[in-house]
Amino acid sequence: MDNEKGIIGRSLRAAFPYTVPILAGFLFLGATYGIYMNVSGFSFLYPMLMSMTVFAGSAEFVAVSLLLSAFDPIQAFLMILMINARHLFYGVSLLEKYAGTGWKKFYLIFGMCDESFSINCSVDIPENVDKGWFMFFVTILNQSYWVCGATLGGIFGSFINFNTEGLDFVMTAMFVVIFLEQWLKEKNHTSSLIGIGLSLVCLIIFGPDKFMIPAMLSIAGVLALVRKPLEKGGAVT
Amino acid sequence: MTLTQQIITVSMVILATVITRFLPFIIFPAGKETPKFIKYLGKVLPAAVFGLLVIYCLKNVSIMDGSHGIPELIAILCVVAIHLWKRQMLLSIATGTVVYMLLIQLVF
Repeated sequence: MDNEKGIIGRSLRAAFPYTVPILAGFLFLGATYGIYMNVSGFSFLYPMLMSMTVFAGSAEFVAVSLLLSAFDPIQAFLMILMINARHLFYGVSLLEKYAGTGWKKFYLIFGMCDESFSINCSVDIPENVDKGWFMFFVTILNQSYWVCGATLGGIFGSFINFNTEGLDFVMTAMFVVIFLEQWLKEKNHTSSLIGIGLSLVCLIIFGPDKFMIPAMLSIAGVLALVRKPLEKGGAVT
Repeated sequence: MTLTQQIITVSMVILATVITRFLPFIIFPAGKETPKFIKYLGKVLPAAVFGLLVIYCLKNVSIMDGSHGIPELIAILCVVAIHLWKRQMLLSIATGTVVYMLLIQLVF
């Protein structure tokens, strides 16, 4: 029999390696955000508290401009709703994964981000590790990297000055690897191709700032259309 | 903006974000049977979303001007090649990132 402590320790050791790329990416991006707030005239408490409570990169960047413009809470609410709409997709994909994780479920949902979603959704969690604790550590490690980066950036602001140009590519590289792993694992590539193809088409039509919502709607629509053939072909069981 | 207005604005940002995260779990609670279509989406969406995220990361790359997306293309090909060769997630990501940084800092 295994004691609780052993399981927790093993889950942490299993989860940490997967979060290393995010450690690099989030410290850097978080610091960029903290510096941005710093030079926009906000105390480090703002990036620190917002990275703890909001914890959604693009929304936090947009929040800076919201705070600097005229007071309009309704517009702020609707804008952030649109920016973070992709979380709905993550939620639908994680309904079953998050089931049965007890009290940890609340934090797993609260701390869900692109990176934690991708890891929790793609990794085959080892058998001797508790899946709830594994996903919990992935989520909380990732958030702590972001909070550290944002706070440090907010405190040291413009003092940080070495050539980090291109370091943000670590996130792109990670998503490419996760996409590739999924591709190698799946028997049927329909969904992968729909995802990448329709996103590209929507990016070309709507441009970088407006393509996410049409991309998500068209992906959901086309996936609904191909449901019968996919289920018939045994791609989905 | 006054401090009160700032607090209201940030609360709106938090509220909107929390809603996007919790909504699917509220609509389809664990105790009740999830509709078959949503279950189907839950199974096929991740693959599509990984593709969407790759494009999302590359959304500001411009093919027409600047470096024409060549450093991104080279770095991604490196990531894919090394990953197919070694299947070591961290190695593939680190190599691709270093290649990209060298390319944009020294070459392009």
